[in-house]
Amino acid sequence: MEYFFELFLGGLTRGSIYALIALGYTMVYGIIELINFAHGEIYMIGAFTALIVASVLTVMGLNEFAILVLASIAAAVYSAAYGYTVEKIAYKPLRHAPRLSPLISAIGMSIFLQNYVLLAQTSDFLPFPSLIPDFEFWEPYSHLLRSTQLVILVTTTVIMVLLTLLIKYTKIGKAMRATAQDRSMAMLVGVNVNQVISMTFVIGSCLAAVGGVLIASHIGQINFFIGFIAGIKAFTAAVLGGVGSIPGAVLGSLILGLTESFATGYVSSDYEDVFAFALLVLILIFRPAGLLGRSTMQKV
Amino acid sequence: MKKKVVNKQFITVIVAGLLVLTFTGVGSAADTIKMGVGGAHSGDLASYGLPIVKAVKLVAEDVNAKGGILGKQVEVIAEDDVCKPEVATNTATKLVSQGVTVVVGHVCSGATKAAMDIYKDAKVVAMSGSATNPDLTQSGKYPNFFRTIASDDAQAKLEVDFALDVLKLKKIAVLHDKGDYGKGLAEFAKTFIEKSGKAQVVLFEGITPGAVDYSSVVNKVKKAGAEAIIFGGYHPEASKIVSEMRKSKMKIAFISDDGVKDETFIKVAGKYAEGVYATGPKDTSTNPLDKAVKEAYKKAYGEDVGVFSINGYAAAQALLNAIQKAGSTDYDAIVKALRTEQVDTPLGKIKFDDRGDAIGVGFSVYQVKDGKYVELKN
Repeated sequence: MEYFFELFLGGLTRGSIYALIALGYTMVYGIIELINFAHGEIYMIGAFTALIVASVLTVMGLNEFAILVLASIAAAVYSAAYGYTVEKIAYKPLRHAPRLSPLISAIGMSIFLQNYVLLAQTSDFLPFPSLIPDFEFWEPYSHLLRSTQLVILVTTTVIMVLLTLLIKYTKIGKAMRATAQDRSMAMLVGVNVNQVISMTFVIGSCLAAVGGVLIASHIGQINFFIGFIAGIKAFTAAVLGGVGSIPGAVLGSLILGLTESFATGYVSSDYEDVFAFALLVLILIFRPAGLLGRSTMQKV
Repeated sequence: MKKKVVNKQFITVIVAGLLVLTFTGVGSAADTIKMGVGGAHSGDLASYGLPIVKAVKLVAEDVNAKGGILGKQVEVIAEDDVCKPEVATNTATKLVSQGVTVVVGHVCSGATKAAMDIYKDAKVVAMSGSATNPDLTQSGKYPNFFRTIASDDAQAKLEVDFALDVLKLKKIAVLHDKGDYGKGLAEFAKTFIEKSGKAQVVLFEGITPGAVDYSSVVNKVKKAGAEAIIFGGYHPEASKIVSEMRKSKMKIAFISDDGVKDETFIKVAGKYAEGVYATGPKDTSTNPLDKAVKEAYKKAYGEDVGVFSINGYAAAQALLNAIQKAGSTDYDAIVKALRTEQVDTPLGKIKFDDRGDAIGVGFSVYQVKDGKYVELKN
């Protein structure tokens, strides 16, 4: 039974990691129906920024908590700037082009950013400091769940709740929903669509950066390629939950994480990906729009 | 002129094929001791083959300057096989027909296998400094084959021996990264553990490289009750697994290969790297002979040694030493001398086991101590 819980919590952590990235994918898709392949790279840039800032702050001798907060803020700001710029450079000029064009542009951006970091930084793996301090909690059961995992779980939950509130109850949230429903109509009633789209990219990028900091602290290493693999998994999770839906992205991520963890634990890690993708295929056969996705009507 | 050459070849082949071996020895030992060098001397893989030829020539010059072997000068005959098995049989036939006593080569495992049958029939000893295929020494099909480089499975063997005999472990989990290198190594390790009968493989699994988290597989290792993990693969995955293990307070041994014996591993895994075992090529840089050979090579050819130069150098030394110690160019005597007489080479003092692998060449176990890999002497 304890083994089951270990696997369960491991899967939950893995799922939360995917969710932090999947949220950004799903938000962008929800608004402009673009699969932003460069999102994984934004996450990677966030992790790199945090590493650089944390190294500098450590040399300056700040305490752990301050380093974590400042590094996260720096990562979020820097990533947001990248997300904003990528949208302006690579997607905005293609807003009215056929849907394939921005998709290719996104892939190009992804390759560009990877190579940019490769050249500007290094191709080696770099050690990432454990920014989240180890604290003891839940004493007799602490071997089941470590403090880093707890922080990831809590952060993902909080972010999801905040995001839902933002979209449901704020003005920008309302504008986002309007843009998602019908861009031309939203424009007609005075929504600044370009601003809304930019905001979406900024928020998504901030989330990815926070994800980058937490995940890199958990794994303890980064290189220029981490965004690609994490991005693919997060994208899968977003599709599983219904791309465009925020609770869907989280649900999809958790299901994906748990499936992988249990497949590894009870069958074999050789087939970890096989199980994950078999599940994806099954769900898409029975619910083509994903678990919580609405099957959108064809817009005429 | 041409006719004469053909004639001579013809006779040599007949001599080699039909007559008793002592006669061959006497026949080819007319004025010089001929040492063949077979390998890729042109084409894509020439960068492996040519530095070996150059190294062998250095050995020959050195020996000749000191008066030769058994009072005779050593003559080096190089033949190209472009690392292709179908060419290698011709190369071998050519060398045999020129009356070589011993051959350094060949370079590639496939070509070496093809050439060995011809050497076997001609009673010629061949020694490679680069062919690493395990079959060459382990199948028993090539009794006249020797090598001065460790075979592909040597690391796995060393890891398993270390785990079973030094650490005295009974339950081992074998993990790999599903790649050619890692999986191949893990499969060898599994076979060796099972054959030994001293321990059992409680878990054998491939992990997905690049995954965000390996906690599930680490939990599985814990549940299986393993006392150690033998991992086949590279350092990025290894450092994630080791960190994960140590963070969840698992203190079992982690044993890996030269894909992990890398400074980056220690840099990335940091304090969690402490105590990790990894096998890697023996450290020969402290050997004065190694240094001397590298300098002589640079002086003679104006370039640094190639990947297998030192192994080729050692092979030529071992062969000539065996002839010297055997006191003749007789096949059986040379083979016996190779197995019993130690020779001082840049790779250290070596002799050969019954299968033809050099004893004392190859890999050592290293352990991370205070942020550095330290060679364990045992």
